[in-house]
Amino acid sequence: MAFLDRAARSLFLTELLGGMALTLRYMFKPKVTLNYPYEKGPISSRFRGEHVLRRYASGEERCIACKLCEAVCPALAITIEAEPRDDGSRRTTRYDIDMTKCIYCGLCQEACPVDAVVMGPNFEFSTESREELFYNKQKLLANGDRWEAEIAQNLAAEAPYR
Amino acid sequence: MAEFWSGFLLPLIIMVLQILAITVPLLVAVAFMTYAERKIMGAMQMRQGPSIVGPFGLMQPFADGLKLFAKEQILPEGANRIVFYVAPMLTFFLALIAWAVIPFDYGVVLSNINVGVLYLFAISSLGVYGIVMAGWASNSRYAFLGALRSAAQMVSYEVSMGLIIISVLLCVGSLNLTDIVRAQEKVWFCIPLLPMFVMFFISALAETNRAPFDLPEGESELVAGFMVEYSSAPFALFFLGEYANMILMSAMTSILFLGGWLPPLPFAPFTWVPGIVWFALKIAFCLFTYVWVRATVPRYRYDQLMRLGWKVFLPLSLFWVVLTAGVLVTFGWLPK
Repeated sequence: MAFLDRAARSLFLTELLGGMALTLRYMFKPKVTLNYPYEKGPISSRFRGEHVLRRYASGEERCIACKLCEAVCPALAITIEAEPRDDGSRRTTRYDIDMTKCIYCGLCQEACPVDAVVMGPNFEFSTESREELFYNKQKLLANGDRWEAEIAQNLAAEAPYR
Repeated sequence: MAEFWSGFLLPLIIMVLQILAITVPLLVAVAFMTYAERKIMGAMQMRQGPSIVGPFGLMQPFADGLKLFAKEQILPEGANRIVFYVAPMLTFFLALIAWAVIPFDYGVVLSNINVGVLYLFAISSLGVYGIVMAGWASNSRYAFLGALRSAAQMVSYEVSMGLIIISVLLCVGSLNLTDIVRAQEKVWFCIPLLPMFVMFFISALAETNRAPFDLPEGESELVAGFMVEYSSAPFALFFLGEYANMILMSAMTSILFLGGWLPPLPFAPFTWVPGIVWFALKIAFCLFTYVWVRATVPRYRYDQLMRLGWKVFLPLSLFWVVLTAGVLVTFGWLPK
């Protein structure tokens, strides 16, 4: 009997027709496509994207050249040179991040005592050449100015857990 | 001069125009078939499919074609230059010439030969040469393996396909495609010969190297099978030939089993629609099923494919030929 059952099932293609019916049903289901460049998915406030260097509201840069981020960076992507400024404060003269080395671990932003280097929500920074991914201080500060609103919001949202 | 005009030039011009009237819509159909396939498969996988180029992505096939022709042509080292370039041309050429005998409506056929089925069968058998030549001339292991698989597969399924066609011919009593359609005026052959219809459709899938019988391409094991080494225009020709073959096989299925240009029911609202529209709709239905199957079924293993062809389809179709013949003789229904 079991043999007959099996033979009938394979002869009448029941399994195949069942599968076909399933795919046909799925054809009329709503689509889950996200039209990426036009629509974007939500991003967590903890998202680790492109680095920025932030400023205080006064326009003074936050970074005090403590070099903790340089020290903690496991990929050795950060290079800092510093000397005292004319007003006696300690500032960086060079702050480079090699984005081709960075592994986006987020240790630099954890190490920073003044929330100067932060990983922003931007992940769309692909370039056409390698050189464009060697970020310097100017580029990082410009990033900071560009993403400050979102970053401040994310930091505020994360503050209770720190 | 007048004789030259009326006896040679005018018929030639008419013939060329007729050929263009068939091939141009066919090639446009091929282009939109690729689009429809991506759209349908997308919908079945809850995706959108192409949607950027043109309204609803309708211009996508043309963008793809332009891209293909703009690419670099590569001739592999050690490849046989002539055979390498002849193979895609042959595939494309064979996919087109078969349309000469397809009747689109009563009397609307380029050449109404009395052995239309044999002609179609011969052309579709020749299709294997394009693939074997491509596989051999590429001087590549993957291409060669793909070609070997394809040759074995197409030969295997042609045997059962021949038997299936014989059972249709028994019911018709003619090899002419127009006669075959007209014999279905009472009832389409897909109803009395339902198992044959299903087997013919599955064999057609195998014959056109479509999923679940796409072993000659077998992306996951052979990269792209016999067309690994092809790029640019030759690849485009293979692609066009393959899809034109699919449309041809759908047309064959419609003519043999779905009543060609005949309306589904022989009375008023259905008979108003011209036959060519019914024919196109039937082809479209078959093509949709091709894509539907592709979205549903995983690829066969090679030994399973051979087992299905030789140990299931061959005996079954042979049995049905004998049964059909027996029924026809017993009840005296043999066509005169």
